[in-house]
Amino acid sequence: MKIFKSQRVQNMHIPSHIILVVWSFIVLFPIYIMIVNSFKTKFSIYDNPFGLPEKWNFKNYQYVFTNSDFMGYFMNSILVVIISLALTLALGAFAAYALANWKGKASNLVFFFIVAGMMLPIRIASIRLIQIVKTLGLLNTIWGLIPIYVAMGFPVSVFIITAFIRSVPGELTESAFIDGAGRLKIFFVIILPLLKPAMATVAIYNLVPFWNDLWFPLLFITDEKSKTLLLGVTRLFGQYQTDWSRVLAVLTLSALPVIILYLLMSSQFIKGLTAGAIKG
Amino acid sequence: MAQSAGPRRSRIFRGGSDINPSWHYWMVYLLPGLLIYIFFMAWPLVDSVRVSFYQTGEGIRRFVGFSNYITLFTDPILKERFWGAFRHTWLFFAIHMCVQNVLGIFFATILTNKTMRGVRAYQIILFLPVTLSILVTGYLWKLLLNPVWTGSVFESMGLGFLSQPYLGMENIALPVISLVSCWQWVGLPTMMFFAALQGISEEVIEAASLEGCSGWQMFRFIQLPLIMPIVGIIAILTFVNNFNAFDVVYAMEGPSGPPNYSTDIIGTFFYRLGIAGEHPVAIPNPGLGATLATVIFVMLTIFVVPTLIKTQREA
Repeated sequence: MKIFKSQRVQNMHIPSHIILVVWSFIVLFPIYIMIVNSFKTKFSIYDNPFGLPEKWNFKNYQYVFTNSDFMGYFMNSILVVIISLALTLALGAFAAYALANWKGKASNLVFFFIVAGMMLPIRIASIRLIQIVKTLGLLNTIWGLIPIYVAMGFPVSVFIITAFIRSVPGELTESAFIDGAGRLKIFFVIILPLLKPAMATVAIYNLVPFWNDLWFPLLFITDEKSKTLLLGVTRLFGQYQTDWSRVLAVLTLSALPVIILYLLMSSQFIKGLTAGAIKG
Repeated sequence: MAQSAGPRRSRIFRGGSDINPSWHYWMVYLLPGLLIYIFFMAWPLVDSVRVSFYQTGEGIRRFVGFSNYITLFTDPILKERFWGAFRHTWLFFAIHMCVQNVLGIFFATILTNKTMRGVRAYQIILFLPVTLSILVTGYLWKLLLNPVWTGSVFESMGLGFLSQPYLGMENIALPVISLVSCWQWVGLPTMMFFAALQGISEEVIEAASLEGCSGWQMFRFIQLPLIMPIVGIIAILTFVNNFNAFDVVYAMEGPSGPPNYSTDIIGTFFYRLGIAGEHPVAIPNPGLGATLATVIFVMLTIFVVPTLIKTQREA
């Protein structure tokens, strides 16, 4: 017993490691299965679902790229996400700049009105949103999605960036002011370069829900040419139902971009996506 | 800059060179975003309530008072669907609280240990599924849980009894779907709790351990009370997300929550009722959909506001 109580052994945290290794396995195993089986063939995936392929088969990927609308879906998603993110960031930063500098009772009211949007699930407004998008003539186009995503991302964007601008020391902007710089110039020359970390947090917080959204494309888009990646995946899933190796290739391809981004900048992702915790 | 501006510069730029520009100066910065927010979020949310008092259909739009509410709660089929979806959403929520959030707080406590190695690697792995789309997760698990595919492996291990058509079993399908959703999201509460636990000052922990406080006691009486505001936030996020949940059931079962509506949750019911059309009519009823949306909104408020007040009081 004495040995087990020694500080050194205790500091190895063996039970903790066992628990975390088991959970890591539970997390990684399905992803491993998905990737590995996408390199098998229609029938060989049944022989040994958990093993590596005997012969690596790239035909599924080739097929998906050449014989389906996958690339079209992919480009639609990229376009929607990039435009929505750019607008969310730009409009959010401008609004935050105003709210951080505008002194007055109404300023606080407007701030709370916007920030309240972080708690509201926009999906329950879907019935009206369909009518609005239809009236604007944007049904069945990717352009109908963008204003909705911007509205979804705006509250968090304002919340995080306003807090950040308020923390910028006043002397910095005042001295520029004395030198005769206008508000707009101060924003672009002094504030904007300082905002980079806050902007990164906001971008990642919104990137994942924008990219992974199925709900609004499902409601607005039936035209093949305008479908986003995830909506396209639902179609391909049905279409390829008899060939699971091909289905798995589609799933792998649609998950891969975000996984790669995540692995490249995991700490920003974790910080950005848990930004919800600072909402209180 | 301001001096060289000359007469051609717009009012906006000149307003900006006052030390304290008036409110209408700031409107130029504020309005573009604010208008999109109002027009595509705030107004549609409020206006959904108005639509719930109207009868909608082909070309018809008639004020009908509370008639939609009465229909939703008295029509024999709708009533059954609504309370079914309501019960299932609560079960879905309970499983997330018990599995996802309890595991989250458990993993976070382990990871907070100062002398532990490999914390960073574990964090990255634990958080990975959060970045996947729920749809992809759902489809992947749907295939994995299919006995036709993975059954042979379980049998070769002598565990054939484990391989069951879970997604086709009325009492088991929903818990299985909930667990898949927990698998995906557990990284989020883990990292939120982790950040909160890191925020507890070193001295508090040291003082407590000098008093002989350790393990479970430390967690229960020192750490947990200090992270209560985050516990509240996570409970609220979990609750709100439950009423938003749709994709996971859509991917694993379909929009009508089979078998026999046993996996039908508020999200899928809302989709059929107001957007896609409910069997057997198959014509969406926006008025009834808006009614359900209003009911959801009221339920969220009833839960969220007291929880916020209760857990954020000291924060």
